[in-house]
Amino acid sequence: MRLLLALILLLWPLSAIAEEVVLGLSSDEVAITTSFNGSEILIFGAVKREAPIPKDSDLDVVITVAGPSEPVTVRRKENRFGIWVNTDAVEVDLAPSFYAVASSGNLADVVSDVEDLRHKISIPRAIRSVGAPDSIENARTFTDALIRIRAGADQYQLLENRVALDAQTLFRTSVRLPAALTEGDYATRIFLMRDGTVVSKYETKIDVRKVGLERWLFTLSRENPALYGLMSLAIAIAAGWGASAAFSFLRQ
Amino acid sequence: MQIYLPIAEVSVNAFLLLGLGGMVGILSGMFGVGGGFLMTPLLFFIGIPPAVAVATEANQIVASSFSGVLAHLRRKTVDLKMGTVLLVGGLIGAALGVVVFNYLKSLGQVDLLVRLCYVVFLGIIGALMFVESLKAIRNTARGAPAKRKKHGLVHKLPFKMRFRVSGLYISAIPPLIVGLCVGVLAAIMGVGGGFIMVPAMIYILGMPTKVVVGTSLFQIIFVTAFTTMLHATTNYTVDIVLAVLLLVGGVIGAQIGTRIGVKMKAEQLRILLALLVLAVCGKLAFDLLVVPSELYSLGAKGSH
Repeated sequence: MRLLLALILLLWPLSAIAEEVVLGLSSDEVAITTSFNGSEILIFGAVKREAPIPKDSDLDVVITVAGPSEPVTVRRKENRFGIWVNTDAVEVDLAPSFYAVASSGNLADVVSDVEDLRHKISIPRAIRSVGAPDSIENARTFTDALIRIRAGADQYQLLENRVALDAQTLFRTSVRLPAALTEGDYATRIFLMRDGTVVSKYETKIDVRKVGLERWLFTLSRENPALYGLMSLAIAIAAGWGASAAFSFLRQ
Repeated sequence: MQIYLPIAEVSVNAFLLLGLGGMVGILSGMFGVGGGFLMTPLLFFIGIPPAVAVATEANQIVASSFSGVLAHLRRKTVDLKMGTVLLVGGLIGAALGVVVFNYLKSLGQVDLLVRLCYVVFLGIIGALMFVESLKAIRNTARGAPAKRKKHGLVHKLPFKMRFRVSGLYISAIPPLIVGLCVGVLAAIMGVGGGFIMVPAMIYILGMPTKVVVGTSLFQIIFVTAFTTMLHATTNYTVDIVLAVLLLVGGVIGAQIGTRIGVKMKAEQLRILLALLVLAVCGKLAFDLLVVPSELYSLGAKGSH
């Protein structure tokens, strides 16, 4: 057994893929402070090769950044008795709170359907929807609406032709994180593509965290809600009294 | 200046919030309403998640009402005895309202019910107040004396109590019932309930308008403090940073509003409140009737 393991370790580099990603990030941490107003992340890197650049096909790079996923309910309004009422609802099992996909070409040309399905690269694929109830027709329109609404808020970004690729070796792109950001690990994936298939994949994460006062308040509200509530009330009462006292002082 | 709100998880302009707080605070001090029925829809509009908006609004109302009550206490326009009776009814009502709210939530459509509640109550109250104040203004213009309220059912029930500040000697049952009903509605609609309480005190209990405002504010402090604690401990949706920004504007506004209110005639005050209530009602009805620009909406799983 140990011999086998040693053998595998020994042979590993030989079976390694011909092209690999060496990655750099402008920052692997995003600190959400009180004055946080969005952040721009520069993702850059190089392709490491053991062999000369293949001549028969062009290299393409696809980069995705995904925020933490959560289930989402999408509701549709219909006109009933003259007023607009929420009628049908579809539960989307998991949808990332943020998703950006950047590619060096048009996404449809760069990534084949099979690879998109396997690695969940395009925005519709990144959303997992197992199935809508049978009573609802056109369940697809609900996920389309989800994408439309989040894209409108810059939470979903399709950045085609936005990865700069030099000499099939150096690549870079920038992703703008919006101000309304959920904290968590933002999974960042870099795919090297040839003829629509993934030849190499690299994964890392960007750590998005509240810091300082934001961190303290958020933790307190979750771990000690009664104290947090009382503190909110104390501030409210103090502010109410303070304003009243200040105004009566001004009048004298 | 952008500020990131830790619980709402959105970034908003601090001066916008200060301004909103101040505006609603002025109205709160003038009319004795908490201002929740105005502020909550405004917060939805600037992108605060509804759950956070409702909970945080309750906290802000505590501040502006407290500031307003202090100003009224100095003028001796708070009927503490009446306020306490209303409050007892209000707290029982609020607890009942939470039960009703959760039941409706299990049925779905609670969002629609809240909106319909708003439209119906704002519409009825606004229209009644508007017509009544218009009549009162016409009467004063003609020089006819304002009619004193006749002895009705309010005076025949048992458990009579003397409310000296209001100049009333009535049964304790009607104020208890008024408090109870407002408490139920406040919990369902996520507001302090001042806009229902104020007209109820004027028209059902026959209290003088000047006393009504301070007494309503007194009662609102406790109901909204109760709601704040409930939201903070069960839903974790009170955003303290948002609350502070709103209440700094709010408490200053409430002081200014109280001073404006004192200088105005009671009928003028009532007709302005009626117009305001009708305007909010019209906006909500409009949203229900007109084709929405986006037919789909997103919500957290399981919420309604």
